[in-house]
Amino acid sequence: MFRDAGLIAAKDLRIEMRSKVTAGQVLPFALLLLILFAFGLDPDGPALEAATPGLFWVGVLFVTVLAVERAFAIEGGDGVRDALRLAGLEPGGIFLGKWCALALQLFVVEMVMLGGVVLLYGRTLNGIGLLLATSVAATCGIAAAGTLYGVLAAGLRVRETLLPFLLLPVLAPVLIAATRAFESALDGVPSDGWPWFNLLAVFALVYIGVGILTFGSLLEES
Amino acid sequence: MGCGFAVSVASVSPMEPVIHLRGAVGLLGRFPALAGIDLTVDRGEIVLLQGPNGAGKSTLLRLCAGLLPVAAGTATVLGVDLVDDPTPVRVRVGLLAHATFLYDKLTVLDNVRFWTRAARADESDAARAMERLGVAGRLADVPVARLSTGQRRRAALAVLVARRPELWLLDEPHAGLDQEGRDVLDALVTEAAAAGATVLVASHELDRAAQLAGRHVTIAGGVITEDATHVP
Repeated sequence: MFRDAGLIAAKDLRIEMRSKVTAGQVLPFALLLLILFAFGLDPDGPALEAATPGLFWVGVLFVTVLAVERAFAIEGGDGVRDALRLAGLEPGGIFLGKWCALALQLFVVEMVMLGGVVLLYGRTLNGIGLLLATSVAATCGIAAAGTLYGVLAAGLRVRETLLPFLLLPVLAPVLIAATRAFESALDGVPSDGWPWFNLLAVFALVYIGVGILTFGSLLEES
Repeated sequence: MGCGFAVSVASVSPMEPVIHLRGAVGLLGRFPALAGIDLTVDRGEIVLLQGPNGAGKSTLLRLCAGLLPVAAGTATVLGVDLVDDPTPVRVRVGLLAHATFLYDKLTVLDNVRFWTRAARADESDAARAMERLGVAGRLADVPVARLSTGQRRRAALAVLVARRPELWLLDEPHAGLDQEGRDVLDALVTEAAAAGATVLVASHELDRAAQLAGRHVTIAGGVITEDATHVP
């Protein structure tokens, strides 16, 4: 299974290196969101400062929808989904590979967004350990749920509009927990944020487990 | 083009029929496809499937590849009961369909390597198959999106050959290929059958395909209406 996961992840990342969709479209979109939030909430006022953690993770969720659609658009090419079924790859391995590639891309986008928060919002990154741990755990959970709902929506004609409806409500716990953890790191006591990190880790583990077990059935149905 | 690369198959099943269908009906979405197919194909046979558009040729090939659920009847391919679980048969068949099964953004070499590794086939076969199909060298590093239809078809064939399937399922395999490509394809099919593979060819190019196949099966309205043995 891990061999198949490596194969799929390497393939997805190679396609990204060639097409540069994340670098050329998703990343600029993420930074644009940060700029628009600043326009809407007055960059020098207290509202933006207080809302930064929530805005950051709302931005990440919007970016996730784009990234998941992209991750499954590349499997929607010339009969490729049938080819994946014929390839003899373990479905759990395909899930892990796509999850891994998606998580890596999202994590890079989040790190650039964190840089944007420092530069555009003038924030100091206190509690850097909690910030990074939260980002890793939240990204793992977001990517796992995204991969699961991405394949579910992949075979549908209305996938572009349906995916956000399916995915965003499921990611509400991640939004809440990651926002609280970021609030603790940036403005409060970092130790208060670790229980939220634990919640994110449990969410990620549950969705990775469910993904490994159910991805095969979902791929057959898509 | 000829580089001494001989087609081989990963493993050869015992003497039981490679395809054994009795009243087989596939499911396309929620709708039944085929009207009860009875077909037995032995190892090493090259069988031409002929019939009008919509007769069920492509559907039959997809059913044999384990890509369609069997709604009624019995279906055994390479000893695998497709009614029970079609997944074990999939990696043992090579399907050349209307779609190329290639990633547009990846190069020919990346594609052939990826699908060969996925099938746990020998990577040296990938390189030799690409040479044989004329997509090695300069074309190897070209993204599939920039290839012509015929070149994509050759790349798809290279993937099929490199995976060393026991059962070749070819849907209009000559379409889009130039004369040289068609000659290479015919040679590969003949070599594959000689090496123990079984080949099912659905084609409208009857003159060409008939020269390859020792048996001509006519399908119409989802059933087999004629099954005749010919001397190629």
